[in-house]
Amino acid sequence: MKPLVPVAPGARIALGVSFFVLFVAVWSAATFSGFVNPLFLADPWAMVKSGYTLLAEMGFAGDVGMTVWRVLGGFVIAAVLALPLGVLMGAYKPIEAFFEPFVSFARYLPASAFIPLLILWAGIGEAQKLAVIFIGSFFQLVLMIAVTVGNTRRDLVEAAYTLGVSDRGLIRRVLIPGAAPEIAETLRMVLGWAWTYVIVAELIGASSGIGHMITDSQALLATDQIIFGIIVIGLIGLVSDLMFKAANRSFFPWAQLGR
Amino acid sequence: MSVNILTVRGVERRFDATLALQATDLDVAENDFITILGPSGCGKSTLLRIVAGLDQPTAGEVQLDGRRISGPGADRGMVFQSYTLFPWLTVLDNVCFGLRERGLPRAQQLDIAHGFLAKVGLKGFANHYPKQLSGGMQQRTALARALANDPRMLLMDEPFGALDHQTRELMQELLLGIWEAERKTVLFVTHDIDEAVFMGSRVVVMSARPGRIKLDRVVPLAHPRHYSIKTTAAFTELKAALTEAVRTEVLAAQAQSA
Repeated sequence: MKPLVPVAPGARIALGVSFFVLFVAVWSAATFSGFVNPLFLADPWAMVKSGYTLLAEMGFAGDVGMTVWRVLGGFVIAAVLALPLGVLMGAYKPIEAFFEPFVSFARYLPASAFIPLLILWAGIGEAQKLAVIFIGSFFQLVLMIAVTVGNTRRDLVEAAYTLGVSDRGLIRRVLIPGAAPEIAETLRMVLGWAWTYVIVAELIGASSGIGHMITDSQALLATDQIIFGIIVIGLIGLVSDLMFKAANRSFFPWAQLGR
Repeated sequence: MSVNILTVRGVERRFDATLALQATDLDVAENDFITILGPSGCGKSTLLRIVAGLDQPTAGEVQLDGRRISGPGADRGMVFQSYTLFPWLTVLDNVCFGLRERGLPRAQQLDIAHGFLAKVGLKGFANHYPKQLSGGMQQRTALARALANDPRMLLMDEPFGALDHQTRELMQELLLGIWEAERKTVLFVTHDIDEAVFMGSRVVVMSARPGRIKLDRVVPLAHPRHYSIKTTAAFTELKAALTEAVRTEVLAAQAQSA
């Protein structure tokens, strides 16, 4: 191994998969040998069996659907509002000076701490779940988008002005397209964070969703179901991340060049 | 003598306590190709940026066709030393950028853009992205992009400065050929004396900081110029005089910083 030397694509996949294999192997060794009490940690096979029961008999697919819907709903609302505000803050420094201190403050407020308040305000329905996701992702998105837009190369801005671009045209034709790939990366990252908020929101005051199933299983000491729930979350996260990456690559082919 | 299209009057630029450019006057006639020479940090780029409207003078003013310049505009096209093509646009759309801003119909944009791409020898590269091009090709695209806008003046800030020697010489011939055909008015900043003499119809030498115009010479070489002109007596004579003038200023600049 030498620092920063890339690894061949085939070897890369093999290495990535082998850690999963190692992980399951250690887990199996610890549980099948009886070293760990099944009450605390179920073995992989029990987990797969209970996963099947959950999906086939207990309508777990519906819970998964609910959770996905909540994440996407809250995230899309946050993104739709954060995009224009972030772009304006990045482009116009007075607007940034007005919002930035508050947004920086709000970003550190833990979304989960709002849950009791949100239940008071919005009940335990969908509005509350969406609000948790929104609070968790909106402020992060605004700040990161503003920074990305504000970092536009100044020489490109100057070149655009000498080509006769107006201020509005500069935002529409230089700042936004130039920042787009990095904004898409930001969206991908924050979507990952949104997944952690939704589960917390569902642990309290929910009657459906993956988080709700996990709370129910806790009451029954069904660690096999809890682990299955966690793994499902991980898999959905992985798949959505890969899809997002592929979409970014096909939307912004120019950003891939020379990497 | 033709009419002046650009007049620089008493233009001065201070950066806090430092005087970068001291009260400078310059007249540029229609179809002139003026090359500006000087040691680094002498304010030649500052002067060009003020003409472009990208920087504001702290005193004096610049007029283009009798109108005071207050900001950048499409009437002064610029080619920068750094590579400033928009990386998200193809070569073709980069050249169309200013035309689209003016609201020209797409068919007309493409017509003009293809014409200029052919002139800079990039016919087959219309659909490439800037990152797929060499430095020389990127600067040729930047030249096409500036020319496509049909500006009154072309401002060039060491446009070939980052290119290797051979590419640079080819670029000089290309630009000179285009100038001889189109007769644009050009203001060209460089620190390469060969380049300044070969390209310019007038060479202006600037002094060490604070910059001011120290020498202003007409280049007595006929057009069209072939690269072999660089070995003629008229060329070497002027080059020797300019080398002497620039050298004095470089030494002065070094004495300042020592």
